[in-house]
Amino acid sequence: MYRIAVIGDKDSIYGFSALGLEVIDFDMEDNPSEKFKDLCNSNYAAIYVTEALAQNLEREINHFKEQIMPAIILIPGIKNNTGIGITNVKKSVEQAVGSDIIFND
Amino acid sequence: MASKTVNPTRMELTRLKKKLVTAMRGHKLLKDKRDELMRQFLDLVRENKELREKVEKGIHSANKNFVLARASMSDQILNTALLAPKQEVTVEVSTKNIMSVDIPVMNWNTRTPDPNDIYSYGFAFTSADLDDAVKSLADILPDMLHLAECEKSCQLMAVEIEKTRRRVNALEHVVIPETQAGIKYITMKLDENERSTQIRLMKVKDMMLKEAHGY
Repeated sequence: MYRIAVIGDKDSIYGFSALGLEVIDFDMEDNPSEKFKDLCNSNYAAIYVTEALAQNLEREINHFKEQIMPAIILIPGIKNNTGIGITNVKKSVEQAVGSDIIFND
Repeated sequence: MASKTVNPTRMELTRLKKKLVTAMRGHKLLKDKRDELMRQFLDLVRENKELREKVEKGIHSANKNFVLARASMSDQILNTALLAPKQEVTVEVSTKNIMSVDIPVMNWNTRTPDPNDIYSYGFAFTSADLDDAVKSLADILPDMLHLAECEKSCQLMAVEIEKTRRRVNALEHVVIPETQAGIKYITMKLDENERSTQIRLMKVKDMMLKEAHGY
């Protein structure tokens, strides 16, 4: 039995707690990468990360990319959205096919 | 290139021929695997793209509502309202094997079946914007969970496709041509040896005839 976590700044994620997802506030975190690794190694099937926070955790996120669990999914927050979520989908197309054939229309 | 290292013996020739057969068969199998993975990956990634666009749009509109809700309520009231959620989402994860890639299959359950349990607060002190915001988020939750499954599968498959493609290319452009060159080199060398033995024998025969009969 696995759970789902949502992490990021408080304003972007507090609503998810009403739905029964676990909300973890990274606003005041001194060492986000350590905390993020701990989360990844605990009992979570999916971790939703805001795009703003994902910028600081790029290395850690890539590290867990090839593991089946947890699925780390980037979602837009209320500020500092970089569009990196959709860029990552493009990147995986490029990695598999060699060039981007899905998004260039 | 291959001729430098290859030992021109019959044993080596047999070994190389066996290696070539294996390499050819492996190449064919891996090529089929790559093609099938690619087909499935393209379907999946199209779905992934659509889901992501839908989810991002949904979250954007939910966020607008949340900003409004936060603006019209004090932090204390908001924190109290969302302090003890009634609902809880749990996920059962099993795996599915697609062409030797394990991809996750997620089945999610909520603790209570009642869709109204997303409102974990009495409506007296909170603003109506919060209700809207929570509702709009709840509407896209199924898509979000589906997105998690789909995007993870895409990432895993992309890695596997890349590996398979490299293997196919290495076999096609390096291993098979080198083995073929090695086989060709050994065959030539052996033929050449045979011809020179033949000629030597003929020469020796000529010399012996000359000595015996004075031809």
